[in-house]
Amino acid sequence: MTFTWPIILIIILLIISVVFNILGTIGLHRFPDVYTRLHAATKCTTFGTIFVTFTVIAYSVRLYILTEEAKFINMAIHTLIALIALLATNPTGAHALARAAHKMGVKPKKAVRDDLKDADQHKKKTVKKMVIKKDKAQGEVN
Amino acid sequence: MKRGKAFVSTFLFALFSYLLLTIAAGQSMAQEAPWSHIIWSFEELIIGISVSLIVAALADHILCRTENFRMLNPVRWLIMLIYTIPLFIEMVKANFDVAYRVITGKIEPGIVKIDPDLETDLGITILANSITLTPGTLTVDVDDERSEMYIHWIKVGEDPTENIAGRFVRWIRRFAE
Amino acid sequence: MIDLNTLFYAAATLFAISIIVCIFRIFLGPTAADRSVGFDTINTLVVATMIILGAAMWETLFIDIAIVYAILSFITTLFIAKYLEGGVAE
Repeated sequence: MTFTWPIILIIILLIISVVFNILGTIGLHRFPDVYTRLHAATKCTTFGTIFVTFTVIAYSVRLYILTEEAKFINMAIHTLIALIALLATNPTGAHALARAAHKMGVKPKKAVRDDLKDADQHKKKTVKKMVIKKDKAQGEVN
Repeated sequence: MKRGKAFVSTFLFALFSYLLLTIAAGQSMAQEAPWSHIIWSFEELIIGISVSLIVAALADHILCRTENFRMLNPVRWLIMLIYTIPLFIEMVKANFDVAYRVITGKIEPGIVKIDPDLETDLGITILANSITLTPGTLTVDVDDERSEMYIHWIKVGEDPTENIAGRFVRWIRRFAE
Repeated sequence: MIDLNTLFYAAATLFAISIIVCIFRIFLGPTAADRSVGFDTINTLVVATMIILGAAMWETLFIDIAIVYAILSFITTLFIAKYLEGGVAE
């Protein structure tokens, strides 16, 4: 293999993708709680997978220029669609998991500030007050 | 009128997806043309149009529920495409930041409240996804009624609304509001 | 002499090792949410592996399957999150 510049570009993209995917996996074990783990898992692996798709797009464009077979154009377009699907779905999934974790009652470790917990407590208090008022009103009716 | 707009937009979206997925998959009629192995054949076009028509007739009330058809304007889509460039630059910064924190383990997390003041569902969705993809921030909860968001920030700092969302909100307002 | 396909297979092997490391998080995770995060990471890595193997074997079909896998895994994650939300408080 001679190292012409398209091959060097492809190898650089591939190395970036592998490094970020492995960093995401390490972060999954290194961080202390769910939310920080989601940071590592979502950002690093999404970024790594974006670079995987860039690698494959560059590779298939190069193969198309070399062989002039139409299936490589098809491959590049399909990889682009996979990239769009990943970009739309991955952060949304992370958001759903974070919200579920908070509703389950998992507390962020080492947190210096938690606005959402305060808001929830405020909401619960107001709901309780309303329930009490309702009970009183019903009692008066009865 | 509303039904017609929903039908046409579903049809166009389905046809666009079909054409994108089948590009370069068949032989065109004109064999000698230079792009004959890239563009679609006549039969493929007919099948694509009929399948898209069936999909639009059956499912337009499920796939296209919006009241407001401002996203049919192509300029908005163009701005959305341009928006990916600053987003990508922010993502590169974000990932080096998270990589640094993975290696050194220096974190100072907390959940902060921001008030982006966006109205539409699309704008809030794109803002939430952008925030999740950028430096040390992760959307935990969205309050639909007051358009407030709760963000998990890996290193809590000052003035969350401007520091986290300011630069995205200015972009998103151009195409989603 | 190495060529690009060998490098692609090497990258796929590294992704597979990452997947195995993520499985440990599924076993260890103290709460159900931690396990779901590990599962979500595995899904993304599987998509990456499929795309890179499709490029190495010159098969567009693998990439089609990767698209469908990405969307289905997203729906699975949403359902797991929905289940956890209504689940048991500690």
